[in-house]
Amino acid sequence: MPRGLGGGRLLLLFPALAFVLLLFVYPFLYGLFLSFTNAAGSPTLANYARFFLDPWESRTIWVTLWISVPATLVNVALAVPFAVFMRHGMRGEKIVTFFLIVPLTLGTVLVSEGMLTYLGPNGWLNQLLQAIHMVGKPVRFTHNYTGVLLSLVIQGFPFAFLMILGYVSGINPDLEKASQMLGASWLQTFTRVLFPLMVPGIAICFCLNFVMAFSVFPSAMLLGEPSGPTRVIAIAAWQWAFEKFDFNVASAISMVMAVIELIVISAVLVWRNRMYRGASMVGKG
Amino acid sequence: MTQRKLTPGSVLFVLAMVVYVGNVLGILFTVILNSASKGWYSGVLPRHLTGEWYAYVATDHNIANLLFVTFLVAIVVVAVAILIAFPAAYVLSRSEFRGKGALLSLFLLPMIVPPMTYGIPLAMVLYKFHLAARVVGVILANLVPIVPFVILILMPFIEQVGANLESAAQMLGARRWTIFRRVLVPLTLPGILTAGILSIVKTISMFELTYLVAGARSQTIVVALYADAYAAGARPPQAVDALAVIYFLTTMVCLIVALRFVSPTQMVFKIK
Repeated sequence: MPRGLGGGRLLLLFPALAFVLLLFVYPFLYGLFLSFTNAAGSPTLANYARFFLDPWESRTIWVTLWISVPATLVNVALAVPFAVFMRHGMRGEKIVTFFLIVPLTLGTVLVSEGMLTYLGPNGWLNQLLQAIHMVGKPVRFTHNYTGVLLSLVIQGFPFAFLMILGYVSGINPDLEKASQMLGASWLQTFTRVLFPLMVPGIAICFCLNFVMAFSVFPSAMLLGEPSGPTRVIAIAAWQWAFEKFDFNVASAISMVMAVIELIVISAVLVWRNRMYRGASMVGKG
Repeated sequence: MTQRKLTPGSVLFVLAMVVYVGNVLGILFTVILNSASKGWYSGVLPRHLTGEWYAYVATDHNIANLLFVTFLVAIVVVAVAILIAFPAAYVLSRSEFRGKGALLSLFLLPMIVPPMTYGIPLAMVLYKFHLAARVVGVILANLVPIVPFVILILMPFIEQVGANLESAAQMLGARRWTIFRRVLVPLTLPGILTAGILSIVKTISMFELTYLVAGARSQTIVVALYADAYAAGARPPQAVDALAVIYFLTTMVCLIVALRFVSPTQMVFKIK
């Protein structure tokens, strides 16, 4: 493999590099700059003060965590057993994966719009629950916290499942056979062989799922109560930018959002690296 | 592989999948039925079926323009993304250099960071340069997650083409351009196709970035659908669902075409 970057190779790399710098790094730095300046361009911390000192704004952090952490935990906790179960393939696998991919492809907007009717007071789910006498009167699933949480599960579970499935089916099946031959029970094989090897995959999956849930926007607007209990941080940033046209405060909120996401991503990655060293001693040879 | 029997685990698995698939189907079918119903206030099925909501949507929105912008954006994004990403993927999979890991992480970031986080600063930059509220701005914004995505999909495909094939072509007197055209492109065509199809599906369903930078005449179907759904009460819910069905059909056609070529696990983030 050739080493170093010759002039030709640098030229080939240039368009992609320029693109990422101009449309990803530069906007981020521009936002950072705006967040520390006022409309006149002089440096100030007022934008962050506006966000952190106003309880109506700063509580969006907790509101968002209160939605995104449970959603992520549910998604990952459901995805792991199902992915382990399906790791060697099974009959009807294509159908199952097709139905998992559909909500992912359709996106939050269509799923939220469908959920408004389906989960509504006269929707099919409430009719079914009443028909089998699980509930007496219609349950309120939409325009509240539950609606947003459900939409995050409908969207996030398939994502987590397919990701962990891709990871777990790559684990060498001989390891499992070896563990069984050595007399390990099913549970021991899972906890001592499979799970430790899956930890890096689960960690990345948790990260990505959390970050997606933390930036929830369309479903919090459509299925939640954007004027209160589900006013998540993305809604706050959007309102400052496109309703109040204060790009400085909007940038500050975007930066807060980015920092929280980066903290979670790096925390999980550090934890993963620690676990992974342990796991590699047990499994991979 | 051992024979599978009916274990409690498999029963639970099938049951959970039935619940999940049942709910997804329920969500989709209520949208479809509601868009063609009249006076469906209670009961399992609507009493009357009608096509009037589609006529309503056709007068309410410029459907032709919505579809035109949606596909124009998707196709231009894919074409430009492949042109930018292919050379970069080639260098990243063929050479070792200092800072390669850092560069890969830089390309990975726009895929990991959710669009809603970088979308607002990006929209501000595009507004500053008067690119927003135009189709050009929508294309530029959508390219941000797609270019890294195409790079990551193409890299393993390029790695599979042995470097010695290129050396052989070179020894036989082929120039660089000929090698690219006659060796590299034909052998990586499956990768280019995979990346292209997945990017089209992703771009059509990309809501956040398009929403943040689009204007009235540069919005895609999914943005129009969100605006209608958000302004509930401005128009009948059945009409919103009719637009949802139009969007649903557009996306499903692309998805079914895509699934003929790629496996579903390729549609989510790949863990290395």
